[in-house]
Amino acid sequence: MNPSQGDSSIIAQRPEGLPPRTPIEPQSEGELLEIAMGPHHPSTHGVFRMDVTLDGERVVRLKPVFGYLHRNHEKIAESVSYLASMPYTDRLDYLCPLTNNWAYALAVEKLIGQEVPERAEYLRVILGELTRFQNHASSIGFLIQEMGASGTPLMYAFRAREKILDLFEELTGARMMVNYMRFGGCRVDASSAWLDRTRKVVANLPMFVDEFERLLCSNEILMARTQGVGVLRPELAINAGVTGPMLRASGVNYDVRKVDGYGIYNRFNFRVPLGDHWDVYDRFMVRLLEMKESLKILEVALKEIPGGPVMDSKAKIRGLRPKPGEAYGRIESPKGELGFYLISDGGPNPYRYRVRPPSLINLTILEDMCLGHDVADVVLIFGSVDIILGEVDR
Amino acid sequence: MKTVEEIKSAIEAAVPGAQVELVLNPSPSGQHSLRIQPGQAVAVAKFLRDDAEFKLDYLSNVTGVDWPSYLEAVYHLYSVEKKHGPVILRMRTVNRTDQVELPSLTPIWRSAEFQEREIFDLFGIVFTGHPDLRRLLMWDGFKDHPMRRDYVDPDDFEYEPTAHDDVLRRAQEHEAAATGQQPHQETGAGA
Repeated sequence: MNPSQGDSSIIAQRPEGLPPRTPIEPQSEGELLEIAMGPHHPSTHGVFRMDVTLDGERVVRLKPVFGYLHRNHEKIAESVSYLASMPYTDRLDYLCPLTNNWAYALAVEKLIGQEVPERAEYLRVILGELTRFQNHASSIGFLIQEMGASGTPLMYAFRAREKILDLFEELTGARMMVNYMRFGGCRVDASSAWLDRTRKVVANLPMFVDEFERLLCSNEILMARTQGVGVLRPELAINAGVTGPMLRASGVNYDVRKVDGYGIYNRFNFRVPLGDHWDVYDRFMVRLLEMKESLKILEVALKEIPGGPVMDSKAKIRGLRPKPGEAYGRIESPKGELGFYLISDGGPNPYRYRVRPPSLINLTILEDMCLGHDVADVVLIFGSVDIILGEVDR
Repeated sequence: MKTVEEIKSAIEAAVPGAQVELVLNPSPSGQHSLRIQPGQAVAVAKFLRDDAEFKLDYLSNVTGVDWPSYLEAVYHLYSVEKKHGPVILRMRTVNRTDQVELPSLTPIWRSAEFQEREIFDLFGIVFTGHPDLRRLLMWDGFKDHPMRRDYVDPDDFEYEPTAHDDVLRRAQEHEAAATGQQPHQETGAGA
C-alpha cells in the first residue's frame, strides 16, 4: 500500500438538508403490480429493461434485463487482429472513447512488454482527465434531467462538454469515435496550438464547475429527492465489485489511479473524494468533486508536458503477434474499473479477448438499492449508477 | 504482495486436501495464476477472502475461456483493504460437452453474479450454487453458446438489396435451401 494515500482523500460535504422523509407504509391489501420499465423508457440511457414489482408505489422486486444492444464485441475482437479492435473499443462506452482506448492499449502493452514514451503518457493523462470531466458533467446533467429539471442543467453540462469534444475532434479527427491510442503511444502528436487551446479551455472550466455547484448543490428539490435515497453500504459495494465514483460515494477509498499508479498517475497530486452518507446525493457530489480534482491534474499535466515522440519507434502495431501468454490491464475509467483481459496463442488474433465492463457490474446491486423506495426514485437511483448500454451489453 | 508460490502453500496449509497447481504465464505481464480443483473452490475462495493476510475482498473480473478439450473459468481477485492484487484463480471443466459444471463463487463474491451468468450464456459453463442462473445477454429461448470457438452462425440470412457479390451469393443459397429450387442464374455471383 502506498503510504502517501493517507491524507489524499476528501469527504463530500453537504448543506443542511431537509428532515428525512417518512417512508410510505406498505399497503398490505391489494395486489402486486408488475411493470416493465423500458426498454424504451427515456431514463434508461439506451435500451435496457427493469422488471419491477410494485406494492402500491413501493418497489418489492427489481430484475434488470440486458442484451438489447448485444453484438458480441468479444467474439468479433477474437476474429480480427489486435489493432483492428482499437476503433471498436470506442463504441463500448461511447461517452468516454479515449479511456476505452487507453485501457485496451494498456492491456496489450502489458501483454507484449511495450514501453510508452513520456509525451504520449502525458497526452493520455490529459485526454483521460478531459474525458472524465465531460463524462461526469453529462452524467450529473442526465441525473438532474431525470429528476424532472428538463433541459437546463443538461444543456449547461453539454455546453462544457462541447468545448472538450471540439478539442478531441481537432486532435483525433472525431468527436466520439476517436481511435486515437496505439500500443506504444498515440496515433498523432498534439500541436502546440492545440495545447494552447486546451489550456484556455481548461482555464475556463473551473467557472463552469462553480456555476454548476452554485446552481445545484443546495437546491432544495435536488436535496429532497436525493438525500437518503439509494443507500449502498460499503461492505456490499466491495463484495459486489462496484467501482468508480459509485464505490467512493460509499466511502471506500479505492481509485485505480492511486492503487496501480498506471501510466504516470503517481506523479500527480490529487485527492480522492469520498461520500459518508452513501446515497444518491453523495454520488452526485463525488462526481462534482472529481471534476475539480481532474482539473488540478490537467493544469499540472498541461504545464509539464515534455517534447519528444508520441510513439515508441520500436513499437510494432500492424501484424502484431504477441508471444503466448496472457495479461489483464485495468484503468480507472469515469464509470469505474475498466479492464481488458487478453490471452495470446502466438497468432495474429487474440485467443481470448475480454472486456471487464464497469457499467454492467455496477448494476449488480441495483435491486438492493431500490428495494423499499418509490418507483420514481428507481429512475434516480438508476441514473446515479451512471451506465452506458454500449458497455453493458457489448 | 506475496508470490504465487507463497499463496499456493498458504492455501494448501489452510484448506485441508486442497490441490493447487501453478499456471505460469510466460508473457512480460508476469501475471501467474493458480489452478484450483472445483471441489475445493468455495473453501479456497472463502479462505482468500477472509484471511487477514490476503483479504481478497474484491473480485474484479470473471471470464470463461474455451480451450480445445475443456472450458475454463478465470477469476481476477484484488484487495480493496490491502490494495494488492491481482491473484488469478482458474478452474477447468472435465470436458466441453456433458460435464461442464463448476461451483459458483457468487455466494462468496456478489460481483460474480452477472459475470457467471454471462459465462453460462456465452460459454455454457453451468455454475452450481448460483442463485439465479439464467442467460444474461441472449434471449431465454436461445439454444447455443456463441462464444465457443466452434459456434456456427445460424442461417437466418435474408436478402438485403446490397450490390455485393457475397451478399447476393448467400441470398441465393439461402433461397435455394429454403425452397428446394435451383438458384437463379442471371443474378449469380460475379455476374
